[in-house]
Amino acid sequence: MTTKLMGQPVQRVEDQRFLRGQGRYTDDVLTAPGDDVVLHAAVLRSPHAHARIVDIDVSEVLDVEGVHAVWTYEDLEGLSPAMAQPLPLLIPHPALTQGRTQYALAKDEVNYVGEAVALVVATDRYIAEDAVGLIRVDYDILPAVVGIEAAREARHLVHDDVPGNLGARLVQEVGDAPAAVAAAPHRLALDLTIERSACMPLEGRGTVARWDPDTDRLQLWTSTQSSTGVRAAVAVKLGLALGQVDVVTPDVGGGFGVKIVHPWPEELLVPLAARALGRPVKFTEDRREHFISSAHERGQVQHVEVGFDDEGRVLGLDVEFWHDHGAYTPYGLIVPIITSTQLLGPYKPGAYRVAFESLYTNTVIVTPYRGAGRPQGCFAMERTMDAIADYLGKDRTEVRAANFIQPDEFPYDHQMVFQDGRPLVYDSGDYPAMLGKLKALVGWDEFPAYQAEMAAQGRQVGIGLGCYVEGTGVGPYEGAHVHVETSGKVKVAIGLTTQGQGHQTVFAQLVADELGVKFEDVEVVSGDTRRMPYAVGTFASRAAVMSGSAVHLAAKRAKEKVLRIAADALEADEADLQIVDGVVSVKGAPDASIDLGTVSVLSNPLRYAFDEASKAATQFTVGDPGKPPVAEDDEPGLEGKDFYSPDRATFASGMHAVIVETDPQTAEITILKYAVVHDCGTVINPMIVEGQIHGGVAQGIGGSLYERMAYDSSGQLLNASFMDFLMPYVTEVPDGIAIDHLETPSPLNPLGIKGAGEAGVIPTAAAFAGAIEDAERRTRSDASITAMPISPSELYTLRQDTP
Amino acid sequence: MAEELHQIRLTVNGTAHDLRVPARRLLSDALRHDLALTGTHVGCEHGVCGACTVLLDGDPVRACLVFAVSVQGQEITTVEGLTRPDGALGPVQQAFAECHGLQCGFCTPGFLTTITAGIRDNPEPTHDEAREMIAGNLCRCTGYQNIVKAVERAAVLAREGVEGDRPGDGSELEAGQLAGDDRADDAATTGLGA
Repeated sequence: MTTKLMGQPVQRVEDQRFLRGQGRYTDDVLTAPGDDVVLHAAVLRSPHAHARIVDIDVSEVLDVEGVHAVWTYEDLEGLSPAMAQPLPLLIPHPALTQGRTQYALAKDEVNYVGEAVALVVATDRYIAEDAVGLIRVDYDILPAVVGIEAAREARHLVHDDVPGNLGARLVQEVGDAPAAVAAAPHRLALDLTIERSACMPLEGRGTVARWDPDTDRLQLWTSTQSSTGVRAAVAVKLGLALGQVDVVTPDVGGGFGVKIVHPWPEELLVPLAARALGRPVKFTEDRREHFISSAHERGQVQHVEVGFDDEGRVLGLDVEFWHDHGAYTPYGLIVPIITSTQLLGPYKPGAYRVAFESLYTNTVIVTPYRGAGRPQGCFAMERTMDAIADYLGKDRTEVRAANFIQPDEFPYDHQMVFQDGRPLVYDSGDYPAMLGKLKALVGWDEFPAYQAEMAAQGRQVGIGLGCYVEGTGVGPYEGAHVHVETSGKVKVAIGLTTQGQGHQTVFAQLVADELGVKFEDVEVVSGDTRRMPYAVGTFASRAAVMSGSAVHLAAKRAKEKVLRIAADALEADEADLQIVDGVVSVKGAPDASIDLGTVSVLSNPLRYAFDEASKAATQFTVGDPGKPPVAEDDEPGLEGKDFYSPDRATFASGMHAVIVETDPQTAEITILKYAVVHDCGTVINPMIVEGQIHGGVAQGIGGSLYERMAYDSSGQLLNASFMDFLMPYVTEVPDGIAIDHLETPSPLNPLGIKGAGEAGVIPTAAAFAGAIEDAERRTRSDASITAMPISPSELYTLRQDTP
Repeated sequence: MAEELHQIRLTVNGTAHDLRVPARRLLSDALRHDLALTGTHVGCEHGVCGACTVLLDGDPVRACLVFAVSVQGQEITTVEGLTRPDGALGPVQQAFAECHGLQCGFCTPGFLTTITAGIRDNPEPTHDEAREMIAGNLCRCTGYQNIVKAVERAAVLAREGVEGDRPGDGSELEAGQLAGDDRADDAATTGLGA
């Protein structure tokens, strides 16, 4: 019997092409040697954060040799009426009473530096950019609203018709939190801030389109996290039938959330140009464009009021926060809703009230970045736990343990509505056991002695921890199609996209296990709407849960058919059959066997033979002459297709701890140890899960110590390059991350899987804040860390302000 | 007014290519769009991320900071040239596969070329030297943990490899590792496959 691949660190199949330089990313499409057929697009972007467009003069561009088109908003209506309408508001919400989205090319007004104003299509990108530089725009500059404070003050408005710059206000409450806080034996209030950061995949956005007049169809390659979403949007905006649009997501050089937004203006303008010009058109975003025209995340200001008892048990938690969503709201309220619900983490406050205001500013849009509002929520909750422990003089882990949901309390209903519109009910977990593992892994109980030892040497070290729960695998659904070909090879199609998570490997593991075929005989294709037209996308740590479950179910269906046909062919009972390495045999009678390829041949009754094998399926060879060749409730071919659509999300969890040293003179912050305990239910491939954790932690370190979007008061992004926006190199991440796993399978899906993709980044800022505070407290009584990220110079300033 | 074009000969992975390009054509664009060697990736176009790193006479350079016209007559090695003549992965590539040193794969070509030169110059790097070797390249997926392991593993694999598979010093490229000089006119060496 073949070893089960579930849970094995199987090496990735996709690596073979990546390592040879044979990956196919969007910009690699249509680059055949000497191919000068494809045209290149460049976009003129607003240099102002807020301005009215008085006039656009493109006359100089028309004379540039090599320019094929130059378009502004005025041109869109004639090309496709729907293009003159604003971009879709992807996720409407009743509380989002003032949702606004931009136009594919700005109409009358621009609301952030980087907003698309005009498009040029030319023979190459160099010429297209030259031409963009020749467009003259007359702007009437308006005051810019930058930052949450300015948005709340509302001395100026981002959108004239949105009073107070307030896009939405949403309140959820369970019990009477203000009363519970007021009546509690102890009370604390915290004011907290988190800065903006961004996903920053190393491949930016990119789109290539080819209109085929011979078949009247559009072929679109785009670097997205949702092929089917782009397909639907492009069809609507270009006035095409869905069946005329094929979207292929080739290899994607990282997503982390930013590529779930769709359609980006270029995702519509490029196919529009390809159709209008009768030539393939390509747009590849450069790095500066990515900084100023793709989405950011994280920026929030929070106010927490908490009431608790002598043990540190939270009796009432009353949270208000202000969320900067940038100039438009294409992705609705997802990020602040996640913050407001996932803030609860592994805890059960007596009463909870959370209110947020989602605010307009003249900055780049804010949409999910790995963690999607959870790092902010976790920061608020964990800073609160640390403050309670400090107030009561208790160990920080004790206070957390006093508030944990206990293992026998699952499913645990928070009586709130989650980001998918469904009840916030945790399915499984074991938080006390997880805390025990973390304390052992990081050496929590031994740390005070180490701290004293270091202090004796004049060194300041501190320890901090962060606990989180992450709703993963939200619906509505994902599907999978499994096809056993007559060669015996198994072709699998999933609808969501992949951007480095190893889907080709892990889903092949699942199919090999369920179907009883060799791993190397399974090939998985993702993100191609021709292969799987019904899908949602890759976000919210949902691929393994959703597509994994769908792949498993589809493979099961294929297996059922294999056994039915094989039982007939072998004249055996289905229950007596087994499939090993692609061969169906009667248990205990290995001579009675048939390979999957032959079963596939038999599954498709033929009139015409095309090779030796297919002769076995022709009409004078098989079938009962008294019955239809394909039974009424059957269909030809050896395929299995199924969808997985869960009642609600499954809740993964984790706890991180970090030990840092802060330099007494320079305030440099050095990571001495980083430890992670993680529960993503049943693990398909531990090597890949650990890789996801490593990457998440590195991004968390960036967000805690280095990365921020530095806007000036006029709305200019001052650090829009990799020279100035500091992402971690290897020199900024610890040499080794200690990882331990806990597996509490999810009862909601057939394999017990929970999502793992975002986890590493969620509690990082919370853990660092606690650790830096702990280190600083050796020499300063008030060492509160209330804002993240924190740089050495900011820590130095804090020391001056609160000596 | 049409741009003035310059006739140049680029020698990439042992194959000579004649091109006519404008003076401002970046080496990264010439490789990717004129020669269709799309294994070299462009992540920032300002020399910080290192995704576009290629070897120029054996030394790592950022192809986005080099004009194509300026490297006439020099030997360029891209990620496509790191695969062995028989199609097997070279030691650095193999180490990345074994150590899960890549996720989305976009930054990977720059790491592979950088490390290829690194372990040629320092065949037995210490752990700290392995970290230092990759300290100029950005990766947004892996957190670098497994890339460091891959550097150490690559050094072992390269040392264990048969003599002919050892990376050359760049000035005299040896068969297999950096480029197949016995395949000078073989289009298949572009690595593009079918």
